[in-house]
Amino acid sequence: MRELSLHLLDIVQNSIAAAADLIEIEIMEDFKSDRLSIKVTDNGRGMSRSVLQSVIDPFFTTRKTRSVGLGLSLFAQSAQRSGGDLVIRSKEGVGTEVEAVFQYSHIDRPPMGDLQGTLLTLIVLNPTIDLVYRHNYDGRDFVIDTREIKRELDGIPINQGQVVSWMQDFIQEGLAQLRGGRVE
Amino acid sequence: MKSLEELRRLRETLQQDMLARNGDGNPRIIVGMGTCGIAAGAREVMQAIMQQVRERNITVTISQTGCIGMCEKEPLMDVQLPGKGRITYGHVTPKDVESIIVQHVINGQIVEDLVVARLEEGEGQ
Ligand SMILES: Nc1ncnc2c1ncn2[C@@H]1O[C@H](COP(=O)(O)OP(=O)(O)O)[C@@H](O)[C@H]1O
Ligand SMILES: [Mg+2]
Repeated sequence: MRELSLHLLDIVQNSIAAAADLIEIEIMEDFKSDRLSIKVTDNGRGMSRSVLQSVIDPFFTTRKTRSVGLGLSLFAQSAQRSGGDLVIRSKEGVGTEVEAVFQYSHIDRPPMGDLQGTLLTLIVLNPTIDLVYRHNYDGRDFVIDTREIKRELDGIPINQGQVVSWMQDFIQEGLAQLRGGRVE
Repeated sequence: MKSLEELRRLRETLQQDMLARNGDGNPRIIVGMGTCGIAAGAREVMQAIMQQVRERNITVTISQTGCIGMCEKEPLMDVQLPGKGRITYGHVTPKDVESIIVQHVINGQIVEDLVVARLEEGEGQ
């Protein structure tokens, strides 16, 4: 995948497939330690010990439509090529946490890409799932929590057109402010 | 800066709007969001759909599906009009989205060149 934000979109699909209704995304860009981490935590059905052991194997999947699982192994390879690694913690019936760490300045680290596109896509396509997005950039924070937005909306669907426009601007401004004008 | 206060004001206008509209009977659009779809450009297709829906001020129900085993034809985008069969378009580009929305979703004409599969009404779901 060309962008870390595309990996993120794909990894969150696993949480959705695992019937999670709360998904937390945490991104940390820390220049002091030259480290970038992307963490997805869900309350889905989790993985058994044996699934967890084989999950990084590109030929493993519990899906029935295609015989190879790719998402996690691609993400792991990308992290490992960039001086980092991928760690998965999971407990059956409790949930799963996937964390990928990259060396920020590594030449093979893919760009972050269109995070706003990834977030809007996730929210519009999965209006009943709650999503909490926390992005820390050099000590500054941007947070968007769909539970909070839904409370304000009081029954109006979160994927209603004008609400989506509002979120688009909210995310765009929030991320721009975070980067303080700095473009990757 | 966008604020929640603005969202609250938006809610009040929308609540009146909502009474007039009803979710059933909307055209349905389904986008493939498996790893193969995402790698092939499903997110960009999805963004083009959101943009078209907004620009043309139409009401549709958008949902997603996972990998359906047609990886080489991704990105996939299905359209189903009320009471009609489900049409699957393949190798969809953001540019194609406009034709699909205008011709099919709005005017009811299937964009034959882009069709890769069809499901008659009542088959599967
Ligand atoms: N968040 C999760 N919760 C539960 N199971 C998961 C999760 N993420 C991955 N898995 C398991 O790991 C397998 C491999 O995932 P992945 O590499 O993304 O391939 P795929 O999604 O195509 O199967 C999945 O089929 C699923 O069994
Ligand atoms: Mg997957």
